[in-house]
Amino acid sequence: MSRLFLSGNEAIARGAWEAGVHVATAYPGTPSTEILEAVKQYKEIYCEWSVNEKVAVEVAQGASMAGARSLAAMKHVGVNVAMDPLSTFSYTGVHGGFVVVSADEPGMHSSQNEQDNRYLAKFMFIPLLEPSNSDEAKKMTILAFEISERFCTPVMLRTTTRVSHSKGLVEPGEREEREVKGFEHDWTKWVVIPANARKRRTVVLKRLKQLAQYSNECPLNYIEPGRGEDGRIGIITSSITYAYAKDVFPHASYLKLGFTNPLPFELIARFAKTVDQLLVLEELEPFMQEQLLAAGFKVLGKEVFPREGELLPDVLLNSLREAARKKVIKIASDHPILAEASRPIEPSEFDLPRPPTLCPGCPHRGPFYVLKKYKPITTGDIGCYTLGVLPPLSMMDSCICMGASIGNAMGASKALAGTDKTEPIVAVIGDSTFIHSGITGLVDVVYNRSNITVIIMDNAITAMTGGQQHPATGKTIRDERTTKLVLEDLCRSIGVRRVRVVDPYDLAAVDEAISEEIKADEPSVIITRRECALLRLHHGPKVVPYFVDQDRCIGCKKCLGIGCPAIVTVELDGSKTVKARIEETMCTGCSICAQVCPVSAISIEEEK
Amino acid sequence: MKNGKSILLVGVGGQGILLASEVISQAAMIQGFDVKKSEIHGMSQRGGVVSSHVRYGEHIYSPLIGKASADVLLSFEKVESYRWIEYLRPGGEVITNTTEIVPPAVYAMGKEYPHDAIDRMHKQGVNVLAVDAASVAKGVGNVRAMNVVLLGVLSRKLSFPDETWQEALRARVPKRHLEVNLNAFKEGQRLAAS
Ligand SMILES: Cc1ncc(C[n+]2csc(CCOP(=O)(O)OP(=O)(O)O)c2C)c(N)n1
Repeated sequence: MSRLFLSGNEAIARGAWEAGVHVATAYPGTPSTEILEAVKQYKEIYCEWSVNEKVAVEVAQGASMAGARSLAAMKHVGVNVAMDPLSTFSYTGVHGGFVVVSADEPGMHSSQNEQDNRYLAKFMFIPLLEPSNSDEAKKMTILAFEISERFCTPVMLRTTTRVSHSKGLVEPGEREEREVKGFEHDWTKWVVIPANARKRRTVVLKRLKQLAQYSNECPLNYIEPGRGEDGRIGIITSSITYAYAKDVFPHASYLKLGFTNPLPFELIARFAKTVDQLLVLEELEPFMQEQLLAAGFKVLGKEVFPREGELLPDVLLNSLREAARKKVIKIASDHPILAEASRPIEPSEFDLPRPPTLCPGCPHRGPFYVLKKYKPITTGDIGCYTLGVLPPLSMMDSCICMGASIGNAMGASKALAGTDKTEPIVAVIGDSTFIHSGITGLVDVVYNRSNITVIIMDNAITAMTGGQQHPATGKTIRDERTTKLVLEDLCRSIGVRRVRVVDPYDLAAVDEAISEEIKADEPSVIITRRECALLRLHHGPKVVPYFVDQDRCIGCKKCLGIGCPAIVTVELDGSKTVKARIEETMCTGCSICAQVCPVSAISIEEEK
Repeated sequence: MKNGKSILLVGVGGQGILLASEVISQAAMIQGFDVKKSEIHGMSQRGGVVSSHVRYGEHIYSPLIGKASADVLLSFEKVESYRWIEYLRPGGEVITNTTEIVPPAVYAMGKEYPHDAIDRMHKQGVNVLAVDAASVAKGVGNVRAMNVVLLGVLSRKLSFPDETWQEALRARVPKRHLEVNLNAFKEGQRLAAS
């Protein structure tokens, strides 16, 4: 079979398939989402979008109890949500092999923090594998299952955005069919009452010692001797940083680590003897450096390389140059890496931010536009609608983590109650996010008698991560029909009496709902329901675009206030006012601009 | 790196950049090269800046192109070529589409769109080939084939035979759009020659 061109995520899915995995679960989250999307193609694997990461791990855990190999994938902050079942999974150990994939995001391209989940593997006493490219991602996934079963432990496979989303050539193999072993009826292992858990804790610590020994022998950890003078510098590195470093500093000696918890101290000691100087190259925290220093190795790391953001090739190169100039590391002064590129091209000089924006026709736009009229405290949440914080809508006061909008609104309402600083409070949350972790917050609101308004922006998909199904879409990950969660029924059964559903393309209806509900003296829920504009473009009716009648347009720019990328301005010859124009190819015909135009200059009739 | 190249594709979310970089990677694979490609998806797809790095050669480690290292900067939008110009290696070449996509920041934040971006690059002594790929794509029957018109232009700068490109397009473009795209590619090649 010829080699395949796969992303790191696709390679992990392939590895899981080859390893004979039977159950794979995930909640979407960049940069991990494509793992399950790729697993979908393998009919031998049961796969699901779980309701959240905690459920994803619990489902995979149950599969392990039943003797199947299972995998759960999530983004770095997803592991926080899953920590409860995961950390005790370390105590019980596995029956069928289990791997949790943590896709970290140095650089925070689509994330709210830059946490380094290598610490979580250490915290949980579980092995940690870190591929540096797609081929390794596949091989390590397979090895991760072997390690999981051999040492009876969950294993963490950690990628970063660049590993997950870069593509490379992968050597494919066949699936190794494995029989599901059957449920393991062993209450001393799986029922963690204190008497059992105490015994398991001893097992965990013994296992840690065995893993520490294995780390030294593991084929994922190996030395690549360097050449000449450069070879006297020893670089200890893992993950994508290895790939960058090999480009930037090819002749140094490398200790390439794929198995990074526990660290292979004996191997490191052997490597240290072969070089004059040890450098630790790692993105984010000094995870390896701290441990090496504590073990008495003389290493440089974060003194030279930044702790924030990605250690991109340029960053690496500049840090090395800087350190060489300051003589912190010993490199000959005529070394090629110290030479700047001959006459590099000057960086451009302009300031034109192009942040992501709500798409043309996005159903989230209208509600934010109306909220701006009433200006309540607006606690936000995570999803496409978070973009409502950007100008010109600028209508969000907070956004912390999935589900936080409701609790945050609740807490603010209780703190402000009875003071002279009360304001109406609205929590804004997406449909998928509400189901992920907003429901319990809403129960709290009702139970503890708050009066906030929750707006559930229901666009019938998990849009931010590229369009995944969830319980309220009525479809599974493989697009099969299933029982549909009816959000308004759920809210009513929780005890919210004021629940209404409105069309976010109808600004008057949204206005009426918001103005009434923020005045209500009890909790209320407004569900703004319209399909995501991207979905509609894919399978909806043909779009009829709107036009601006430029004879009528008075140049008031009200339509620009909705922040639609399809609306631009034009300076017409002979007219002093700047007028609006709609990009025909971008308009999806949502009509919001037509509704805000004070002189009815925007319509679907062609201009002229 | 023998015959290897680093190509940086840039533009705005939704312009078909990811498909274009797939086709280049596929072509390089057919030619027997090691290939790596990298891009950021997620937030940046919502009308934000998109970049895709493609590198091929005998053996490729890093999937990313460093500053002053791209052999070709292929831009799908006029000012995006200028935004990324420092990634071009001295002596490298810019191919840019002349389509302008004005971000809402211009109205919402009072920013200025540098319409003269191409002149500015010329003044810096950069080798720029500017093409109106959108019009050409419209000519073959689908504006969306603009990305493949640009690939046609790019193909003149790389040394893959035409059959390799056609095979790569066949592998990556959905069947119902194939014919339009093969035409778009040819028109792009003609554009590069003119
Ligand atoms: C714990 C956690 N898991 C996953 C994510 C990734 N993520 C961000 S927003 C989002 C879902 C957004 O869907 P929805 O609430 O329906 O809003 P939409 O984007 O459709 O507007 C996801 C999965 C995250 N930030 N945190």
